[in-house]
Amino acid sequence: MVPAQSLSRQETDLLNRYQRDFPLEPRPFAAMAKAMAMNEDDMLAMLADLQDRGVLGRVGATVRPNRAGASTLAALAVPPARLDSVAGQVSAMAAVNHNYAREHEYNLWFVLTAADNAELDRVLTEIRVATGLLPIKLPLEAEYHIDLGFPL
Amino acid sequence: MNTPDDIDRRIIVATQGGLPLVAEPYQAVADELGLAVDEVMARMQAMLDGGLIRRIGAVPNHYALGYRANGMTVWDVPDDAIAELGEQVGALDFVSHCYHRPRHLPHWPYNLFAMVHGRDRDEVSGKTARIAKLMGVKDRGHQILYSHRILKKTGMRFTT
Repeated sequence: MVPAQSLSRQETDLLNRYQRDFPLEPRPFAAMAKAMAMNEDDMLAMLADLQDRGVLGRVGATVRPNRAGASTLAALAVPPARLDSVAGQVSAMAAVNHNYAREHEYNLWFVLTAADNAELDRVLTEIRVATGLLPIKLPLEAEYHIDLGFPL
Repeated sequence: MNTPDDIDRRIIVATQGGLPLVAEPYQAVADELGLAVDEVMARMQAMLDGGLIRRIGAVPNHYALGYRANGMTVWDVPDDAIAELGEQVGALDFVSHCYHRPRHLPHWPYNLFAMVHGRDRDEVSGKTARIAKLMGVKDRGHQILYSHRILKKTGMRFTT
């Protein structure tokens, strides 16, 4: 396992302050630098360094999941010996965009997106037929929190 | 909620991998798309206001920073309390997502999902205990489902 990177105080401060509210102005890095008593060049260098170290994925927009089509979380209880092969079958489907193995009787969790709900049900049926396992469908009924980043 | 038009989509496609780390990143995007910088910024502001863009900011790689444990906590709570509890749990700073989803009885009694992150499983279970304490008797049962492998993760992609 790759060891965790540690951050300087200034880097931690930067990542905690700017997971949202990145300035929408012509020279955003200069504005951030000013707020943190730095200069623009040092700010850009610090961000590039964080990115090189793999600590910073990107500076950019996080887009709301697509609500135009339909999506759902679904899960399968896969016999452990079959987990790899079933996971492969599920991941291979274009409608699947997240697929996680989790420790539970329901051990395979995935998100499906499709044009509409009928298409979602068709994909779930396809998964049932291909695997012989019955997926549970857990669509979103309400969301209580918009991900705004979390403190490091 | 507004639907993005073609120019909005092109802006999202051009920026979803990240803004360039240059002094004038919006200008760089505008040049790439053949738009005026003011239009790029105004449209991004409108998409933020409309909720299509949730936030613009630094996106840390939590795994690289040592946040290696991710627990999907699932809760069986009374239906008439779910909205109130969802709001309270969703407001906790260590919960990144909080959702109401249907039960599938008898196999799946849980109707509230909260994603909890931590450096290790002890940290995640400690945070989960804080949620349980907050819920009190309305917690009729919960579990933590740790993820041990990410098998596929395709980010939300817009294409033009």
